[in-house]
Amino acid sequence: MSTAAANDLSIASRGERHSLNADALKRSERGEQVRLLALTLPALLLVGIVALAPIGWLSGLSFVGPNGLTLVNYQRLIHPSYELTLITTFQLAFLVTALCLILGYPLAYLASQMSSRGASLVLLCVLFPFWTSLLVRTYAWLVILQRRGLVNTWLRDLGVIDEPLRLVHNFTGTAIGMTHIMLPFMVLPLYAAMKNISPDYMRAASNLGASPIRAFWNVFVPLSRPGIFAGLIIVFVLSLGFYVTPALLGGGRVMMWSMQIERSIAVYSDWGAASALGVVLLVITMGILWLVSRLASIGSFMERA
Amino acid sequence: MLQHPVSATGITRLHRLWLYAIASAVIFFLIAPTLLVIPMSFSSSRFLEFPPPSWSLRWYHAYFESVEWRDATVVSFEAAIGTMIVSTIVGTMAAYGINYSRFGAKRFVQIALALPMMIPVILTAVGVFIFFAPLGLNNSLTGLILAHSTLAIPLVLISVTAGLKSFNANQEMVARSLGASRIRAFMTVTLPQIRYSVISAALLAFITSLDEVVISLLIAGGDKATLTRRMFLALRDEIDPTIAAISSMLILLSIILMASSQLIRPNRT
Repeated sequence: MSTAAANDLSIASRGERHSLNADALKRSERGEQVRLLALTLPALLLVGIVALAPIGWLSGLSFVGPNGLTLVNYQRLIHPSYELTLITTFQLAFLVTALCLILGYPLAYLASQMSSRGASLVLLCVLFPFWTSLLVRTYAWLVILQRRGLVNTWLRDLGVIDEPLRLVHNFTGTAIGMTHIMLPFMVLPLYAAMKNISPDYMRAASNLGASPIRAFWNVFVPLSRPGIFAGLIIVFVLSLGFYVTPALLGGGRVMMWSMQIERSIAVYSDWGAASALGVVLLVITMGILWLVSRLASIGSFMERA
Repeated sequence: MLQHPVSATGITRLHRLWLYAIASAVIFFLIAPTLLVIPMSFSSSRFLEFPPPSWSLRWYHAYFESVEWRDATVVSFEAAIGTMIVSTIVGTMAAYGINYSRFGAKRFVQIALALPMMIPVILTAVGVFIFFAPLGLNNSLTGLILAHSTLAIPLVLISVTAGLKSFNANQEMVARSLGASRIRAFMTVTLPQIRYSVISAALLAFITSLDEVVISLLIAGGDKATLTRRMFLALRDEIDPTIAAISSMLILLSIILMASSQLIRPNRT
């Protein structure tokens, strides 16, 4: 835009004679830009009208009561059962995010150190769950963790336990299943960040006398921070709004915020409560993302300085 | 072999054994549970023990003989193909516009089109339900395709933008300066060169719709129930082994789609 404008100016300053031409050029350039942006219109209209506008409408709905504007829908959220849901949701999100980091970091690290053929094999294994239905993977855990499932049978055969453990339809099963689903979202950004770390840094640390472990902790891990950050945020935000896996593996005993929304519509047809619950989830999610984008831009600013 | 240093800090494979062990365990955790469903689906028992007491095709028979499951499968595939067509076309257009536009407004377009990826799906689902109710689009194929497209467009956008970034736009300019119209130049010069990213975008859009659960749960009732909706509702009540058979077929489909998206890619090495 600015270079085009500068060109136009220099052409215009050369004399009256060119200005007609310059105007035409400018107009055709602007027309070109408008046409390019118009290409995004169908997508924008589809997403805007079908997905975004209704969410805006839903948010507005949360402030409307039978007698006009009101906060009554939000006041009703101050209730022990909602408080419990909020705590469960955050507990699960934190736990799953931490587990994903612990499991994902070694895998991403190894993949980043391997030859390109080895690494693409590992990445294929990480991508496989991405292409497999979420429902199928959740079902798999249901089968494995159930009373007569694989884990209980093996543990009993080995003589570790006498009575089958309750592994599913509770918090434990939900956490295991969610970690499995979220793990690729952690590994991929970690790998991308680690791939950008030049081995020269590690070699330098080693030449300066750092032990391999020290070089890893003091050089490699700090350099992989952008990937850690991105992975943590993606997994945490997705976990906060997760519905399918907790609904199936929790067996009704684990109540997530998103399930509370579905329930207030399907069971109670309470649109006021559903919309207020939705706004809370939206504000928390968007708040985290906004905060992170602020932090990230400060971070990149400091790196440049 | 084991004594050979593999890292810049002189670590040998032997030192790394524990790392290989952990990484293998994590990969096992990622892959094995899903694949385990396949042998389970050939079990003759209702109770999905492992290993199955004896082998049979009874759950596959149960699936193919059920009109409900078959109808749901048809709806799911129709929705997935519709979503693939709509979101690939609309998303590729948007990616092209955003990539070459120099208006500042394109930042907002980018953010708006990325939002469906970040907003919890349950919210999109509830919003769509309210919006569709007065239009009579709930429980309709059109509604399903429109709603699923909003989820698929961000993915198409990412994939096609990546393709356009590695394409030299001057080639299209040359075609146009030689007299080709913009559309003709795009179709004959640009599209063939970014086809890999467009095809993998289409495959992603297809699988996104096929696997979508939450929106279908709210807006796809009656005779327009999708496969995932029926599976979800069945799973909430009991562990029906028919689902093992369906899951195995879905896993096979995923492997085929994933393999094709890998195979069509040009060799980068």
